Amino acid sequence: MTWVLRGYTALLFTFVFAPIFFSMMFSFNSARFPTLPLEGFTTHWYETIFADEDFWRAARNSLIVSVSTGVLATILGFCTAYSDYRYRFRGQGAYLAIILLPPTIPLIVMALAMLAWFSKVGISGQVWTIIIAHTVLTAPFAMAIIRLRLNQIDASMEAAAWNLGASEWRAMREVILPFCRPAILSSLFLTAAVSFDEFTIAWFVSGLNKTLPVHVLEIVQGTIDPQVNAIGTLVFLTSMTLVIAAQLSIFFRLQRSTR
Amino acid sequence: MSEPLVVLDGVEKRFDDFVAVRRADLTINAGEFVAIMGPSGCGKTTTLRMLAGLEDPSAGTIHIDGKVMNGVPPHERDTPMVWQTLALFPFLNVRENVEFGLKMRGVAAPERGRRAKDWLERMEIGEFAGRNIETLSGGQKQRVALARALVTEPRLLLLDEPLSALDAHLVIRMQSVLTRLQRELGITFVYVTHSQSEAFAMADRIVIMASGEVAQVGGAREIYRNPANRFVAEFVGRNTILTGSVEGARLKTALGSFTMPGQGTQPADGTQANLVIAADRLQIGRGPLEVENTLRATLISEEFVGAFVTLFLEAEDGTEFKVQLQESALGALDLSSGGTFHLGWRGEQAHLMIEDAR
Repeated sequence: MTWVLRGYTALLFTFVFAPIFFSMMFSFNSARFPTLPLEGFTTHWYETIFADEDFWRAARNSLIVSVSTGVLATILGFCTAYSDYRYRFRGQGAYLAIILLPPTIPLIVMALAMLAWFSKVGISGQVWTIIIAHTVLTAPFAMAIIRLRLNQIDASMEAAAWNLGASEWRAMREVILPFCRPAILSSLFLTAAVSFDEFTIAWFVSGLNKTLPVHVLEIVQGTIDPQVNAIGTLVFLTSMTLVIAAQLSIFFRLQRSTR
Repeated sequence: MSEPLVVLDGVEKRFDDFVAVRRADLTINAGEFVAIMGPSGCGKTTTLRMLAGLEDPSAGTIHIDGKVMNGVPPHERDTPMVWQTLALFPFLNVRENVEFGLKMRGVAAPERGRRAKDWLERMEIGEFAGRNIETLSGGQKQRVALARALVTEPRLLLLDEPLSALDAHLVIRMQSVLTRLQRELGITFVYVTHSQSEAFAMADRIVIMASGEVAQVGGAREIYRNPANRFVAEFVGRNTILTGSVEGARLKTALGSFTMPGQGTQPADGTQANLVIAADRLQIGRGPLEVENTLRATLISEEFVGAFVTLFLEAEDGTEFKVQLQESALGALDLSSGGTFHLGWRGEQAHLMIEDAR
């Protein structure tokens, strides 16, 4: 039984990480085509992309979009999670369902709808258009993460803060936010990571302000170019760092509270 | 000492159709230890929350220290509360938890630290000042919660079933901590509980609430011996209640006619009334008893609590009788051979309760 599970796990990790591993490997291979055996070690592809202005523009756009999306989605997610935690109102179930809806819509449908809408109101093709679109996409994740944390709060904790002389705003700052801190950090990293990777919507609404994934596709459309492996490696490392940071911010919190 | 600190004047609280508290009138004096006791949903916690400003009365007024408190938000009151769940802040250490109330009142950091330290030492948890809340035991957390509530030196402390999460032996310990603290500080404690033993052990006065109404207010002894109505008689202690109608100096019931204890004014014949006999005042024997009221009953079950035993018996019409006696007295009764027992009580040791609307 144990070896079946072990084998299954090994297989799973292989399927997930083997392509990425090969992509990383080929990014340092001097051959033009990704075939084995490897030819020789090179940093040529990295040099090429670092010298490419388009790459830097795309990287800058991606960074701006992902950081802004992380912050906006987390603020929005926190506000919805808190309103759900704090108040009881008619249609609360529907309210939650609607908030959680965006990730269930096929990306291509959402991307097309957004493009149509943004063009209609005349704001298509800007960096902040991508930010708006990504915020809509990722805010539900932020909400879900923060809501989980708020579910763990002692039902009297906020009232205890008021009772000890904190106004509602003060209690928010001194009790609710510190309590949610690990979830807020986790949400920041995770939504930023999702935004950093997101391709479909970005491709439709970005116009000339390409993000990295859009840039990669445009290279691939032209030729088979090992540059893509180099960019892929960088994107992967960035996303992994963000996701791991998201995990750690929850993990450390748990460790502290069980110490 | 006896000036009123808290006055509830016709206070009512409705949640939509549900009436949580109904026309409550209550005066709590400065320096008093008052317990509000009743079953779940009787309105005791809602009453406490209204004192803290967490709920606003739907009708009536609440005065604290001579001021009308209706509409005053919780953070503008000086009514700290010890919560049932304690509600300590897990992201702050012990000292920071205790300092919280002072920080909210703008007390400077050095002063805060000094006062928090004083209170932690007073509660005998000074050594845990830098510790994470989660590392403390239940009793230690309890002390942190008390220190956090008392550090601002309020005149009124609200306690919402603070001991309900503790082990039995710790409850006894904390009871003495609480009573000692209250005597030393001379401040008013309003203590909500469903536990009769906690209320009777600590409070100067006990408020019994039932379905949103104040059923009786009085000292432990008064409530125990002279319950004001059927609810209190059933809720407090182990009472046997016989219902009947007044006939001269006797009460006629389905089980026979029994003498009534002396009354200030003799109720009119035909008045519906209840005779309440406390379990420790019922006598039991195998043979006839030398008291004016007697009857026979069958043993149903017994319940041991340390040195005392409560026997549950059933009379011929199904009325349940509860008799409490010393465990050592059981030998003479020969319980195992079953059959019927003689029960009896002295007329003046029963309590007469004129039937009310309920």
